[in-house]
Parts: sequence; structure tokens; C-alpha cells
Amino acid sequence: MSDDSDTRPRPATGKRPQSAHRAQQARREFIRTAVLSCGMIGAGLLGFLPVVQAGDKRLRPPGALDEKDFLSSCIKCGQCVQVCPVQAIRLGDLTDGFGIGVPFIEARDQACDFSCDAVQCILACPTGALTYEKPAFLPVREGAPLEHAPTLKAKAQDPEPTINLAERIGLARLARPEACLAMQGKGFSGPARGTTFEGEMRYMDVDRWQPIPIADHPYERTLCDLCVTECPIADAIRLEEVPSQDGTRRARPVVQEQCVGCGVCEMICPAEPAAIVIEARKTWEGES
Amino acid sequence: MKGRFLDQIRIMLGRAPAKPEVVSEAAREIHQMKRMTKADFEAMKQHVRDHQLEKHTWRNRRWAVLIFANLLFTFSFWLDIQMLEGALTASRFVGFHLIDLNSALQVMLAHKHIIVNLFIGTATVFLLWVMLGGRTFCSWVCPYHLVAELFEALHLKLVDRKWVSDHSFHRGARTVFWVIFSLLAVVTGYTVFETLSPTSILSRALIYGPSLALGWVALLLVFEVVYSRRAWCRYVCPIGLTYGMVGTISPVRVVYDLRQCFHEGDCRKVCLVPHVLDMVIKGRSPEVKVPVGPDCTRCGLCVDTCPSGALKFEVKGLNELL
Repeated sequence: MSDDSDTRPRPATGKRPQSAHRAQQARREFIRTAVLSCGMIGAGLLGFLPVVQAGDKRLRPPGALDEKDFLSSCIKCGQCVQVCPVQAIRLGDLTDGFGIGVPFIEARDQACDFSCDAVQCILACPTGALTYEKPAFLPVREGAPLEHAPTLKAKAQDPEPTINLAERIGLARLARPEACLAMQGKGFSGPARGTTFEGEMRYMDVDRWQPIPIADHPYERTLCDLCVTECPIADAIRLEEVPSQDGTRRARPVVQEQCVGCGVCEMICPAEPAAIVIEARKTWEGES
Repeated sequence: MKGRFLDQIRIMLGRAPAKPEVVSEAAREIHQMKRMTKADFEAMKQHVRDHQLEKHTWRNRRWAVLIFANLLFTFSFWLDIQMLEGALTASRFVGFHLIDLNSALQVMLAHKHIIVNLFIGTATVFLLWVMLGGRTFCSWVCPYHLVAELFEALHLKLVDRKWVSDHSFHRGARTVFWVIFSLLAVVTGYTVFETLSPTSILSRALIYGPSLALGWVALLLVFEVVYSRRAWCRYVCPIGLTYGMVGTISPVRVVYDLRQCFHEGDCRKVCLVPHVLDMVIKGRSPEVKVPVGPDCTRCGLCVDTCPSGALKFEVKGLNELL
């Protein structure tokens, strides 16, 4: 048991001559260490591949910096996840590489409907990855800033009806006009996404502070206009009548400059897959 | 003791500990006294052993604290009690920002911009761990430490049966990792280390639910079981080195008393960082009482295991006061 291996007499120089065995052990340890180092650093750098592959296609929470800056400034703590009243925010996994633990929104499953009224996720962020005001040294992409602070329809009667959001996180686009019910002149009745859909939304006529499942709130429309009526932002999307040969009333949802890219239209769209989708990070280039 | 402070930092960065050049008069006398006959020594040792019970006092306290701290995160979210919101990388304790030092470092280096909340949280945590002992974070808070401790027991069992053997690496590797991951953050602008960090991965998994990243943690554990004991904590984790740096000036430490020591070496066998216990080797202690260096995680396993009470927790300044 006694740990006295080092008490043997030794030469006056203090250094013990290294035996061949010890030298070999040291050499092996050095090689092992070199392999471990390269392996770990290599494994770390592998995280770059998913980032390159994904580009900036992930929809990030409101107030997110540009993708590259967002990934570097996010500390991966999930405080934004914790404050979101509709659990719209999820965290990236190992398959996201450097984006591990970084928040994103899957709008089709659960969009941000601003039911917190104050963009709580930005308030919760400790590093400024989500921010009300971009620091001066970061570039602002053309078409990313909103013309004026977006008005929240739910707060229209409040003294301060706007939310503090300077840039859009994406832009809605009618990606599949042929699937759009309004374009076909069709109405819609029932729960927008079926009875098993788990997404939630805040309905002012139900409870301002308690979001409810969309499945519990069926609609009745003669011409489907859910993306327009359910959009939480004022003047972000409107329905435009389109001429039709057979005399039926048809309309097309047209995205406006105030669209912030929250994704409610994509979530609520009854077509499968959605006719209108959010394109993350897309900037405003004029009405299309 | 002159130069010992810097020496201990060099040892933390990877240098091998060496026999002290200067041994104090008092310590030399004790070293001399201990050169008794083998029979005398065994008798004395047996006497002390007879009065000693195996105890897990500090381990149990530590596990309780570690589990409590991590579950506080989990339940704050699940039950919405908002005590400790966030994860280990960054959180808010009843509203006050707390930010992990290594995560903060990675973000600062990658993003090159520090907002007020980030600074406040980092400064708070820095002061906290200066007071509590730097790497105390590792053994008292880090969830990977606990899991790795359990798998270490399995590794030791397998070693006992000669099914596997422990392969050491050069401890300087951790210093190299610290530098490279810092440089990678600066150069690439990504927090590269966070992708690998089992501490962050486990903390998030405990709060936000399981993820694929747990597979990486499992891989690390398998590596530690079959190839190298506690490899991640010993040779890789830059978080440990960051907190080790903080611990260099911490008043909380384990102190070694040469007079009580019978040089059995049990402490070095249970220790995660046995190089900090180099002075327990016969003839190596430069003083009668020597504080254990900054790489010590203050886990208390040596305090529990020492059969003769030669290793004890001490708070510098406080013990004199009491």
C-alpha cells in the first residue's frame, strides 16, 4: 500500500536516467495524446458541416441577429424557450452542429403568435443574440428593417399598440397558390388543422392571457381567409379579389411590407402542405 | 513555499509535479522521524486504521448539492416556479443573471461584443466561484461529473478483473484544448466547443428533454469505461481549466497535514487529479501543512478516504478566525 516508490536513492543531479521502458511509455502517451487532440478538434469542427448545409433556412425567434452572428452570440441556455407562452421555440440538436442548443421555430407546428404581447424571448436573452436594438457595428441587410414598429392587432385598443421589433425574421410567401383555398374560391369549416393538431394560439375573444389549442377553435368561412384574419400583425397581409371566368368569388392573399415573418399564416393554413409559408431571413423586395 | 503558487498553476497546465527543492526544517524533521523500521510503521498505521471507519460524508453532501442544483433548473421550468431559469450555460436565479464562465468566454470570443447582462452574469459567477473554490464547480455542480463518477466505478471494476486497462494521456492536452477552442471561437466566429460540451448537453437534456446529443455523451462514457479513466475531465474539458484558473485565488481548499499522513496513497487512488496530491508521497511535502493546488475540484473524496485525517477542508482566513 505504501506509496514510497520515489524514495529510492538517486544520483546527486536529481534527474533519474530514464529507462528504456519509461521512454517507450512516454512515447506511447505522446502518440495517444496527439491522436486524442486531433480527434476531439476534428469532432468539434464537424459541427461546421450542418451549418454550411442549413445556411440560414432555420426560422429564428423574433429579434434574432443575422444567422452567423446569432450562432456566435447565442449561449445555448434556452431561457427564450422557457418564457414563450405557446412553446413555439425549440432548441437545435447535435445534427445542427454549431447550432446545437440554439433556438428555432418550426412555424408549421407552432408559430410565434406574439401572445406574450412584449416579445418576452428578447427580454429573456442574456447575451443579446435576440435583441430589441442591434448594436451599431453589425450590418443591417436591406429590406430586413420594418418600416415602422408593428402594431399588434390584439393590442389595438391599448395605449401602446405596437411591439418593439425592428427587423423581420422572415417573410411570408404564397408558395403553392394552386393549393390555396381562397384561390380556388373555396371556403373552410372546422378546426383549421384537424382535431389532433397540437398547436396553440391566443384568441382575444376567448382569453387574452391564455392561449388555447387551435383544434378547440373551429372556423366557419365561406371564402377561406384564415391567413389574413389570424395574422397577429396589422397591415401585414390582405386578401385581393382575383377575376375568375366561372363567376365564383376568388381571392389571393397578398403579403404586405409590415409582415414580420412570425409564421402564424403557415401554421393556420388548412391546405396540406401549407399554401403559404415563411421564408426565414427573407427580406422585403416589394409586393409580389 | 516561495514560487509554489506559480508552480501549482504550471502543474494545472500539464507539467508533472516534482520533488521540492526546498523542504522546511519542521517538515524535514517529520520526514526524518518517519524513517522508522517497517514493523514500527505498520504497527502505527494499523493503530490508526483500527480507529477509522469508511465514510462517504463529503461524497454524499456533494451528490446531494449536485443533484439539487440540477433539479432546481429542471423543476423551475417544469413546475414554472421560476427560481432558476435557463440552463447551466446561462441562467437567472430569482432574476439575477448567472453565466457560466467558459460559455461566456466562448461567446465573447466568437461574437466579440459584450452586452451589460452578459457582463453582469459573468462577473457574478466569477466572484461566486472565486469564493467557493474554482473547480468546485466541476464536482459540486457539473452533471457530467456525476455521471462520469458512476461510470468510473464501472471502469475500476473492469480494471480489477483485468478486462480493460487505463491508458493515460498527457495532461497538457487540456491546456492545448483550451487554447485551440479559444482560438477557434475567435477565428471561426462559432462557439465550437459548445457542440462537444457534455456539461451543456446534459444540462439542456435535463431541462428541455432528451436529445440526439446524448449519444455523444454516451460515446464519451464508453471511451472512459473501456479505455481511459475519467478521460474527458482529466485531459480535455476546458471548462475545468477555466474554473481552475479562478480557483487559484480561492480561499476554499483542502489542506494536507504531513504529521497525520502515513503515506499510504489511498487519497491519490480516488483522486480525479492525483497530481495535486504529489506532496503526500513520502519525502515530497515541502512544509508541515500544504494547501492542495488549484486543479483540485474540492470533491472531498481524499478527505473521506484518508484513514488518518491528514487531508481536511479549510477556508483560508476563516479557520484562524474560528
